[in-house]
Amino acid sequence: MGLLSKKDSRLILDPLADNNPITIQVLGICSALAITAQLKASIVMAVSVMVVLAVGNVVISLLRNVIPGKIRIIAQLIIVAALVIIVDQVLKAFAYELSKQLSVFIGLIITNCIIMGRFEAFALANKPWRSFLDGIGNAAGYGLILIIVGFFRELLGSGTLLGFKVLGDPIAKTGLYALGYENNGFMLLSPMALIVIGIIIWIQRSRNKELIEEH
Amino acid sequence: MARFTDKNSYTILFSVIMVLVVGSLLAGVAQGLRGKISENERFEKQQNILYAMGVDDNEGTGSVTFIPTKEVEATFHKYIKKQLVIQGNEATEDENAYLIDIKKEESHASEDSNYKRKLPLFIGEKDGMTYYIIPMRGKGLWDAIWGYVSLDKDFVVEGVFFDHKGETPGLGANIKERFFMDDFKGEQIMNGNAFEGITVAKGNNDPLNERKDDQKVDALAGATITGNGVTAMIKKDVAQYIPYLEKLKNEQ
Repeated sequence: MGLLSKKDSRLILDPLADNNPITIQVLGICSALAITAQLKASIVMAVSVMVVLAVGNVVISLLRNVIPGKIRIIAQLIIVAALVIIVDQVLKAFAYELSKQLSVFIGLIITNCIIMGRFEAFALANKPWRSFLDGIGNAAGYGLILIIVGFFRELLGSGTLLGFKVLGDPIAKTGLYALGYENNGFMLLSPMALIVIGIIIWIQRSRNKELIEEH
Repeated sequence: MARFTDKNSYTILFSVIMVLVVGSLLAGVAQGLRGKISENERFEKQQNILYAMGVDDNEGTGSVTFIPTKEVEATFHKYIKKQLVIQGNEATEDENAYLIDIKKEESHASEDSNYKRKLPLFIGEKDGMTYYIIPMRGKGLWDAIWGYVSLDKDFVVEGVFFDHKGETPGLGANIKERFFMDDFKGEQIMNGNAFEGITVAKGNNDPLNERKDDQKVDALAGATITGNGVTAMIKKDVAQYIPYLEKLKNEQ
């Protein structure tokens, strides 16, 4: 990466793998379970969180020297809440059906631990550009897991991807269904998201033994 | 040495400025997008009304798919032949009847006993059949529930649509699922000559809903209060239309 220094590119790349917010830091699990039944919802959630986290990190970082220490958590909350309301309104205006589907989860971005965690741990102590990269990186790490989980849940649960019937038509019995394949309805339930995330964590830790905690 | 940001007066000043800035920013965004959002809500109403009369994009037996937003305006005018507003004994045509706020009408009527509530009624036509579509609004367990029911001229339900604001996901929220809404199809709302509505009944020993003349559909497990809300909503709101519908039937 010629564009970014080595230190800066680590800010983006680390959260994608060895310091992933979901699989390593175990943050943001609730939304990863709740909205990953379809790939489309996962992608929209990933993008929304990326917007909120990147912009929020920059705003916090710009204000880091003027935010009074005593009320910094409240100040952070107000900034997240304002950004989330803006995202919610924009979705309502330009992607109404999707916003009905995501309904309460957009509002719940406010409580997504990743966001407050990055504000507090990174943006308050770093310059805007680095905070921006950190926001993009962490949101991408979160979004990556969301999209992987959404991919498998939609494919195995509904036999579709982004709404396209990639495995054939289950009613007309074409494609794979002609061979007697059935969708696994269990994949559409939240517990299966946890199992998929568990498998990702398993693969990740067996490839990189340094990630395994000692007891 | 204390930093200037530690002073109480600075903390208060900072919070006041922050609230003002954020407040006006949000007000600006809300104002700017309001037109677009209310247009979406209008399309949603049209989609719901069409869904109740069986004009939808459903595929298979599990999905609830509306006519796409881009086409809904044209489709709505194609199938909905007349929109009436019934007030007392009078019925007038109004092509924006579907925008009438049922909640406001209801509270207005309950505050002022002389006020005759505006009742919107939509008359749709599909494949030579006439549908009378009635909007409803009631209370679920946590918040409002609402919907549309379409009847044919013999008071048989041809389709329903339900939605809710905040019922429990997986329990009460299932009123907007196909397996619940489809049960209403074919039910008769009149018992003999008297209006009875449709009861969402527990233990009516008819889980597949094969008896269509009993004014009952099978309840959702774990959603007793939401189900009772649906029953009450149908009884309360559809009843107000019965005199007018009977008048229409006798005229034919």
